[in-house]
Amino acid sequence: MAYVAIADRDHEQELHDPTTFITKYIWSQDHKVIAIQYSITAMFVGLVALGLSAMMRLQLGFPDSFSFITPTDYYQFITMHGMIMVIFLLTALFLGGFGNYLIPLMIGSRDMVFPYMNMMSYWVYLVSVIVLLASFFVPGGATGAGWTLYPPQAILPGTPGSELGILLMLVALALFIVAFTMGGLNYVTTILQARTRGMTLMRMPLSLWGIFMATILGLLAFPALFVSAVMMTLDKVAGTSFFMPAILSMGETMDHEGGSPILFQHLFWFFGHPEVYIVALPAFGLVSDLLSTHARKAIFGYRMMVWAILAIGGLSFIVWAHHMYVSGMNPYFGFFFATTTLIIAVPTAIKVYNWVLTLWQGNIRMTVPMLFAIGFIFTFTHGGLTGIFLGNVVVDLPLSDTYFVVAHFHMVMGVSPILVVFGSIYHWYPKITGKMFNQTLGKLHFWITFLGTYAIYLPMHYLGFLGVPRRYYAMGDTEFMPESAFTLNQGITISALIVGAAQFIFLYNIIVSLKKGKDAGSNPWEATTLEWQTPDTPPKHGNWGPELPVVHRWAYDYSVPGCRDDFIPQNMAPDDVPMAADSVSQSPDVGTHGSEGETDGPDGEPVA
Amino acid sequence: MTITLVLLGIIMATVIGWLLRQTLNTEPWDALDPAENQPGRGVITAPPSKIGLMTFIAVVTSLFALFLSAYMMRMQLGDWRPLPEPDLLWLNTAVLVLASFAFQMTRRAVTRGQLQTVKTGLIAGGVCTALFLIGQLVAWQQLGATGYFITGNPANAFFYLLTALHGLHLLGGMWVWGRTTTRVLKGADVESVRLSVELCTVYWHYLLLVWIGLFGLLLST
Amino acid sequence: MPLAIALIVLVVGSLLFHFLSPWTFTPIASNWGMIDATINITFWVTGVVFVAVNIFMAYAIIRFRHRDGARAKYEPENKKLELWLTVITTIGVAAMLAPGLFVWAKFVNVPEGATEIEAVGQQWQWSYRLPGEDGTFGTIDAKLYSVENPFGIVPDDPNGQDDVLIDDAVVHIPLGEPVLFWLRSKDVLHNFTVAQFRVKMDLVPGLVTYMWLEPTKVGEYEVLCEELCGVAHHAMRGRVVVDEPEDYQAWVNSQPTFAEIQARPAGDPVLGAASYAVCAACHGAQGEGIQALNAPKLSGQDPRYLKKQLRKYQTGLRGAHEDDTYGRQMAPMASTLPTEAMIDNVIAYIGTLSDTDAPATVTGDAEHGAELYTVCSNCHGKDGQGIKMNAPRQAGMSDWYLLRQLENFKAGIRGGHPADLRGKQMGLMSQTLHDEQAMKDVVAYINTL
Repeated sequence: MAYVAIADRDHEQELHDPTTFITKYIWSQDHKVIAIQYSITAMFVGLVALGLSAMMRLQLGFPDSFSFITPTDYYQFITMHGMIMVIFLLTALFLGGFGNYLIPLMIGSRDMVFPYMNMMSYWVYLVSVIVLLASFFVPGGATGAGWTLYPPQAILPGTPGSELGILLMLVALALFIVAFTMGGLNYVTTILQARTRGMTLMRMPLSLWGIFMATILGLLAFPALFVSAVMMTLDKVAGTSFFMPAILSMGETMDHEGGSPILFQHLFWFFGHPEVYIVALPAFGLVSDLLSTHARKAIFGYRMMVWAILAIGGLSFIVWAHHMYVSGMNPYFGFFFATTTLIIAVPTAIKVYNWVLTLWQGNIRMTVPMLFAIGFIFTFTHGGLTGIFLGNVVVDLPLSDTYFVVAHFHMVMGVSPILVVFGSIYHWYPKITGKMFNQTLGKLHFWITFLGTYAIYLPMHYLGFLGVPRRYYAMGDTEFMPESAFTLNQGITISALIVGAAQFIFLYNIIVSLKKGKDAGSNPWEATTLEWQTPDTPPKHGNWGPELPVVHRWAYDYSVPGCRDDFIPQNMAPDDVPMAADSVSQSPDVGTHGSEGETDGPDGEPVA
Repeated sequence: MTITLVLLGIIMATVIGWLLRQTLNTEPWDALDPAENQPGRGVITAPPSKIGLMTFIAVVTSLFALFLSAYMMRMQLGDWRPLPEPDLLWLNTAVLVLASFAFQMTRRAVTRGQLQTVKTGLIAGGVCTALFLIGQLVAWQQLGATGYFITGNPANAFFYLLTALHGLHLLGGMWVWGRTTTRVLKGADVESVRLSVELCTVYWHYLLLVWIGLFGLLLST
Repeated sequence: MPLAIALIVLVVGSLLFHFLSPWTFTPIASNWGMIDATINITFWVTGVVFVAVNIFMAYAIIRFRHRDGARAKYEPENKKLELWLTVITTIGVAAMLAPGLFVWAKFVNVPEGATEIEAVGQQWQWSYRLPGEDGTFGTIDAKLYSVENPFGIVPDDPNGQDDVLIDDAVVHIPLGEPVLFWLRSKDVLHNFTVAQFRVKMDLVPGLVTYMWLEPTKVGEYEVLCEELCGVAHHAMRGRVVVDEPEDYQAWVNSQPTFAEIQARPAGDPVLGAASYAVCAACHGAQGEGIQALNAPKLSGQDPRYLKKQLRKYQTGLRGAHEDDTYGRQMAPMASTLPTEAMIDNVIAYIGTLSDTDAPATVTGDAEHGAELYTVCSNCHGKDGQGIKMNAPRQAGMSDWYLLRQLENFKAGIRGGHPADLRGKQMGLMSQTLHDEQAMKDVVAYINTL
């Protein structure tokens, strides 16, 4: 592919101009409106899934007390909770929500390159959500096969919703994948093609890098889920034997023969593991920007951070079978996958170090987004470290399928990304709405969520050490579980209910602040990135005034020595940067501050 | 999963390799790096739909690669009994090659502004593709008539599944083809369909390649 | 500042929780101490990182908190520092990975001469098979699973003839010898786990998987299924008894082989009729059940179920609980059938009795019962007809008896014996019915089937 000066691209993107209320806010092609539609829908299903988790916790903490939760219900709840949270909330919110909102603003473009397809992406996503939720109301109810949907049980009687529920689930997933692909093509193409003048790849904020890599992972990994969904549907509907061996069901032998349930697991996890990073990478990116902005300091080791994102993205395709150490696959695979899995810990650790080192020697403003960002570092470190237990094949033997796993992935993939989601919503709320949220409520929300979730998940790891299995409707009496473990379970349930309830503080805050919030101004956090430099707040359709912004510097010019302010917007030309009164003479040119970092000397990088 | 890993490896290597070339030797905080201030460095000038198509092709590659991986893994299990591919498939392949050829011709005509050839080429390409699709359906019927049903054996199931999937992708292409052809026949200017024709050509070549890969696999197993 | 304090408190609290809380590894009872050792190494390495990162972060938050006039340092990167951190991390990771792979290699390679046992999973119960004297398992054909041949052994395979079949969820293994578990599933995925043994593996239909261990403590251990296998997943329990080798051998010798089971003559109803005279006194001449005598209907019930219950009465797994008034009456009656052949004959005779539906005596909200019954139907069938190889018939049987048994199961009066794992399964499932009314509703619904 050739590069030429942007100046040659004299054509400006044509914008579809909304005139009516419907085309402006509902059937809209504006990336900001679509982003908000995506976010609201995702948060709505997220609330449903939160409700489901409350029911599950009630049953686990107080078995025998709630007659309306039968095993059938319970397994439906865990399945739907998992699937909604992972796919329909987190994936949709990070990419459909934040991706949509931030990409065009951060790269300085007027919209996505395919606005119509972007709109379709949302509507197909909405249909997939409706199909998913509809499965609760069909005869037999939603599927209760666990979010992994393993065959044979997923499509056999004995599992709730094995008739219609599972089919609706597969259809909802297929639709989601279609929606995601439409959105994903947009995100990738927009980032590659529509960056404004001066916005080189390496000047992009890390949010974009995270979203970009996550989108690529999603585009390449979701087909695996699609393939397995199609094949399972055929096994169910047409009676093929892709995954179905000769088995017994309800006392009768079936017609299937020779299929391999493990084949499904390989396909599922080939999607499933990258999916972890589809959620994690945007969170990594967003949190980097939060930390840098509120610590008033350049993100530490930007290049390392970018390469770590690339490395994690690449490696995430060769670690999938660490979810299958005890699946009965060839045990020799364990050596390979344990090694690759632990290798991926290295770039991940580097990211953690760099976040912490960004705080070091910073000028930390303890704003609400910053609280969430630091909370994220804590929970992610915790969750990442417990991941090393499970990734190390032999340590996984006793811990697999126990509450340790539940605790681990909720720390790393539930709590951590959600803290980033909250932090990011608080961070960009002033830009999206033009209003400032209520700080006190924001802090209250943080403290309950942060401490509460730790109170849920730290003890849960230890239930796993005891050997308490996950996905049990009730433990009943066992010989190895002490009575105190049941008390612990009650404590966990109470924490979970409190944390769940605290989320309404958040909803209240963001809804009420729409009306009552103070005007935030265009750049309340004094951030450098382009989205804070729009002529209007909230940005109007088309984002920028008559001229697109021109980028002169990278995204992290915070506290540059010699300058008056502790931030320089990306689109500020070197000559316009206000100097500190005492350093005008000695440092007329802020462009050369690069020598502050230790970048001189041969560093082994190939020269193009 | 080897096939998938190899193909995805190639895709990822391309992406990451390209990104690294963009990024390796820059120090982005150095705002006066002369190379950095060249406007547009690293921006791709190809039209968005072209990048979109290339990305889409990467997605489809992943999809087919995964199906092929599943095919190879399922094949190793004991109950696999290969099915005889109908000879008609050879004819179908030839027709699809012709379609691809027609598109190539159209593309050349577009760059030279030969409206008549563009029309002929588009119609020829569309007709050949339609023939291919009909041929595939006939092949299904032949198989069904000789008792190779989808439930009979995973080999059969994969045959129907893979051919259907490939056919659906062609049908998706036919939609774009239909729009383009209508525009040309309604007298649109050659330049205005240039991009569509180019994209169609790339897509058809790609799907021909996929088909040859699939057909080769089906024949050899 | 509060956040920094919170971080420090959380770190210290986590450490205290780790060292002081009563919840930790269940004491080990196998040779896999090496796994625990690997976990301990991992604990130390990750623990140091956890403490170091968070304390450093807390310190940074305090020291570099926003102050008027303060300014952050401008340091986009520090190659040397990043390189060092990478190297140290890599070393730490290698220190955890290397022992892990070493132990895994041990797990993958089974020692020669291990005692072989096949654990068989089925929704939602366990059974076991031993290779017998020839040391070789007979071939299995999944199409052959049936009531007569629940293991699906190919009848004319010579290797299968001496296979020892344990159609029960309790298995014995010898102390101090390596035991190789072959794992096979008849229907869906399951997982064979004993917390005290540390190792686990999935059962995959269509495949035979394996794991091995060497038990180091005599005792009885609970087997759990740890792969979601349907609504009764949590009720799929088994039991492993670790014996001294000689006790183990005695136990093996007491179990029937495939050939012995095949050679058993079918029950003779004519001979059974004589024995049934005793039963008829309470259960009625046609096995119709007499409520006044607290004897349920027998006719039309699954023969395999009847046999299992008689055996349970005889071995004290049922009818031994002090609150089980009627069960205690039945227990001595069951011992009037001392041989297996006599049991088979009586059951064969019961099979000839006329089967008319027992009268409905329990009333309740059948509509509500129908909802609750969706769980039950997974084992007892949509029409309460019972499912072969799984659970007995309910429709058309004595409803008052069903109600009483539900109460007994829930209270642990039935199914409370540690070796009665099928009973325990029903006990766990009966927890779904929260009160007397729910039980009546279900029974009322069963009456409509």
